[in-house]
Parts: sequence; structure tokens; C-alpha cells
Amino acid sequence: MDAAAFTQKFPQTETLASIDMPTFKVANAELVEVVRYLRDTQGFDLLADLCGVDWPQRTPRFGVVLHLLNTSKSEYVRLHVACEQDAVPSVSAIHPGANWHEREAYDMFGIRFVGHPDPRRILMWEAYPFHPLRKEFPLAGIEVPFPAADVAAVTGQKVEPAPMMGGPFVSGGGHMSNAEPQALDQSWNEEKPKS
Amino acid sequence: MKTTKEISLGDIAARSEELRGENMTLNMGPSHPATHGVLRLSLELDGDKVVKCDPVIGYLHRGDEKIAENMTYNQFVPYTDRLDYLAPLANNVAYAIAVEKLAGLKMPERCEAIRVACCEMARISSHLLGLGVYAMDTGAWTVFMYTFNEREKLYTLFEELTGARFTTSYTRIGGLTRDLPEGWLQRVENFCDGVLKTIDEVDRLLTRNGIFLERTEGIAPISKELALAYGLTGPNLRASGVPFDLRKDKPYSGYEKYEFDIPVGVKGDCFDRYLVRMEEVRQSVRILRQVIKTMPSGPWYAEEAKKIFLPPKAKVMTKMEELIQNFMLVTEGPQIPAGEVYFEAENPKGALGFYIVSNGGGVPYRLRIRGPSFVSLSILPAIVPGNFLTDIASILGSLDFVMGECDR
Repeated sequence: MDAAAFTQKFPQTETLASIDMPTFKVANAELVEVVRYLRDTQGFDLLADLCGVDWPQRTPRFGVVLHLLNTSKSEYVRLHVACEQDAVPSVSAIHPGANWHEREAYDMFGIRFVGHPDPRRILMWEAYPFHPLRKEFPLAGIEVPFPAADVAAVTGQKVEPAPMMGGPFVSGGGHMSNAEPQALDQSWNEEKPKS
Repeated sequence: MKTTKEISLGDIAARSEELRGENMTLNMGPSHPATHGVLRLSLELDGDKVVKCDPVIGYLHRGDEKIAENMTYNQFVPYTDRLDYLAPLANNVAYAIAVEKLAGLKMPERCEAIRVACCEMARISSHLLGLGVYAMDTGAWTVFMYTFNEREKLYTLFEELTGARFTTSYTRIGGLTRDLPEGWLQRVENFCDGVLKTIDEVDRLLTRNGIFLERTEGIAPISKELALAYGLTGPNLRASGVPFDLRKDKPYSGYEKYEFDIPVGVKGDCFDRYLVRMEEVRQSVRILRQVIKTMPSGPWYAEEAKKIFLPPKAKVMTKMEELIQNFMLVTEGPQIPAGEVYFEAENPKGALGFYIVSNGGGVPYRLRIRGPSFVSLSILPAIVPGNFLTDIASILGSLDFVMGECDR
């Protein structure tokens, strides 16, 4: 890649040392312009990866790392962006593939992507209250009630019932050893007189 | 007096808004044979036609990235088996190379050649499954039996090599768990002959099969531009006409020593994706044969990797030096220098990437897994609408994804 032309065009960009590919620290406000420039002028046409990193000791705390790939020259470039008030501009208008990566970074770290067309969680469910890849989140997880409150009220269980509840297979519920699912229709199990 | 009312097509067309029925919302999955795992598609249908497709993922989320931050580099190897669980050997190799790059280790030739053989066998095994279930998705049951027969032979070879059929955990950072068993390469050679016959058989059964063509040709074409914009990799990208293969364009583990072609599609439809996978199996056999012929002798682990490997048990019991090393490795893990690395390997499903941030020490500070299946599925909202509900099985099968790697 033409690093000199790149840093000249974006003077706020900082070049970082790296063992494997050109690495730059890009200003938060310039990110969209930078990614567009790299795609249109320098041929970085594929967004390989976008992910968040949590640095609790640093301010700003969260960072986003992008890896772009030039498929004709087989070169990578890495961009570091620091969040501003936990937010980063979304690049999904330039690389639609960023859409899911950004949703994941939001889900796991709580980083907001300004201008994202569909800012929902992706791996966890929508009502989940935590961001599990933050450093303070315990490895064992935190128990939270599942969203189906009406089901929990009837069954008294903390988890969602298996999809087979109500048949054609039914489960007795209660302790796991008694809760093995059985066919609703047990007629084949009945003893028949020998003819 | 007689009154008449003229009925014409134009009249009906004018009332089309009034005559149109409601759209229906249909949930396909998370437990559906065509979704190949626990994928749910929230579909909006206008009759038989899909208007909107919203994939819901996360049913198999196990928090692999969180787990990785809480264990040493060596301990994470078995977790990589469970990413793309249809090609665990290829995942092992990708992870090992990523950490070795960070540690600055150089592998001896024999180790690299064995890893290439592992990757290509994993590719064949993954594609055999992919092709078999794809035929099943489109209504041809027999192909599955043929390809699974062949895959079974591969798993026997894996078992002989690694001790496990499925969760291989074969690589170590800086080498492998063990050397090749006696006579194993000859048995791989025999397998190569067999698998080519099976692929020819599948070719004859499917490639000019009228029903199969009806169900795949022209369905969900992905243009070059769309494939790049969504970041597709692997066979799905190449089927759209982008000749990008990390084994050729960014060679790792000595891939530059072997001759092979990159199959590239034209239209990028389901049929092209099928054809690319078929040809990839043949090319993998070609690579395997070269590996067998040129298998170098020598050590199968790097000399510097002795700081990462556990020392031999007999020495731990009798020698002070080894006892201390064993203790340090178990309690603190291998000492990897601070820095960051991003490495992508050409896996059967696409580019599997590991982004590792290290602060030094035995535990990664952040380990990000870029799963190719995650990316392949993100294109669904763009390509599924406009197709019929029955085509969804064809489209999903042609993308050849695996949820273990998508949800991580």
C-alpha cells in the first residue's frame, strides 16, 4: 500500500509499529472517509474483520480494530480507532459486510456505531442486559431471567422450555432425570393380549 | 334492461392493491434440516415468494472469545476444534500459525508439510459433507451415502494420526502432537485414488441432473461486487468470479511449494458454488499427492518450541530443570511476546481469521475469531428476497456454513 500518500491525505493518522501489516491509528471522526479512500483509491475492497477491544485502564476505554484486504495485491491493512463516548462511526454504508461485525461489537462491548442501519444485538437476545466481552464481566456469566415471563410464571423454571413442550413429545418437567421427553401417544407401549 | 359489466385484465390490474393478500411471517428453524444447525430465518412471505429474510443467530454461542482470554495459549487448542467442527484439523493449524507468528517461531519443513496434508484432508472431508448434504437439500439422497462413505475413510485416517476422529486437537504451538504413524502416507495415497472415483460418481449423478440443475442453476446469483462488499471468502467468493485464494495469494505453511489451480465460477449462482467445491476436492487431492511425494524428513516441531511444549514426563520426574519448566508451563503458560497479530487461513468454508492481542505472558489479552460462516450468512438478507420459499434450502446449502463457527 502507499502509506506515504495515505498519511499525507489524512495528517491526523498515526503510524503504529506492527509485526505483520501496516497499522494506523485513525481519528474517530475521519474513519468513514479513511475507509472510503482506502477502498476507492488504494484498492482495499474487502473488509476482512471488524472487532472491539476493551482497555479498562485507558481513556477512551474501548477501541475498534478493522482489517481491510486488497484482493488484487493481497495486502492487509489494520486500522485502530478509539471510541468517543463509546461510539464510532459505522462503515456499513461502505462495506455492507460490516453490518453484522458492528452488531457483534455492540452486543459484546456496548460500542455504539453511529449511523448503523440496524443496531440490534446479534449473538445474545435483545433483552440481555450485559455486554459479556467487557473485562469486568465474569467468565462464569451472570444469571438473568429469560424473556418469556408468561412461560416462567406457569412452569416456575428459569429457562425457556424445550421446543417440544406440548407434543408430539412431552416432558414431565421437574428434576432432569424424570424429565426425559416421551411421545405424547403411548398406545404402542400398552400391553396387548396375545392372540 | 340488460346491464353488462366488462371484465378485463386491465381492470384486475387496476385493482391489484385491493386484491393482494397479507404477507405472512414464517420462522424457519432454529431446528430445521435445511438450516444445517441452529440457524433461524425470520421470513416475510408474499405467497410463495420471500419478501424479507432476517437471519437470527446466536443459538450456539458459547463465548469462545471470552474463554480464550481466561486460559493459556496451549489450553485453547481444543476449543478451535469446535469452531468449524467439520474441519477441525484446519482450525488447529490456523490457530497454531497465528500464535506462532506472534511468537516469531519458524516451523521446520516436515511440520509444515504435515500441516498442509492435514488442511487438505480437512478440506476434502468438509467438502464431501457439504456436497452430500447439498444434494440431499435439493432432493438427491444417494449422493450423501457415497460421500459419507468416503468421509468415513478419512475419519479413520484422522483417528490413526491424532487419536480422535472428530475433535483432533492435533497441532501444538510450535509443532504437532506427534509424528506421522508408520505407513500412514501410503494409506492416504490409497484414499486419494478412492475419493477421485467417488467425486466422478457424484459428477455423473448431479452435474447434468435435470432436477438438480432446476434447483440450483440461476438461483441466488452473487455478483463479484456484492461478494466483495459483504466480505465473502473461500469457495463462495471464488464462485462469484474473484480468483482470490489465501493459499496462493498469501501462502502460509509452505503452500507456495505445491502446484494447484484455483477453480473460479462465472455467474456466482448456487450451481457455480457447487462446481467450485467439486473442483476443489480434485485440487486438494493434487496437493495431497505432492505432499506425499515430497514429504521431508527431520523434526516435526520447532527447536524454540521446547519453551512451549511440556517436557517429556520421564524427565519431569527425574530432572530439576524439566520439573521447573513443566511447572511454569502449566501454571503460567508459554511466554508469548506483547504485540498484535492477524492471521487468516484458507479454510474449507472461507478465511478463518484470528486476531490476537498479547500483553506478554501466557494468556491472550484479546482473541478475536473471524468465522467465515458468520460472514457468509450476513449476505442472506441481500440474496434471499425475491426467491421462492423452496429455494431457501438450495441457497443455504450452497453457502456451506457451519453454526459452530458462526456463533462461536
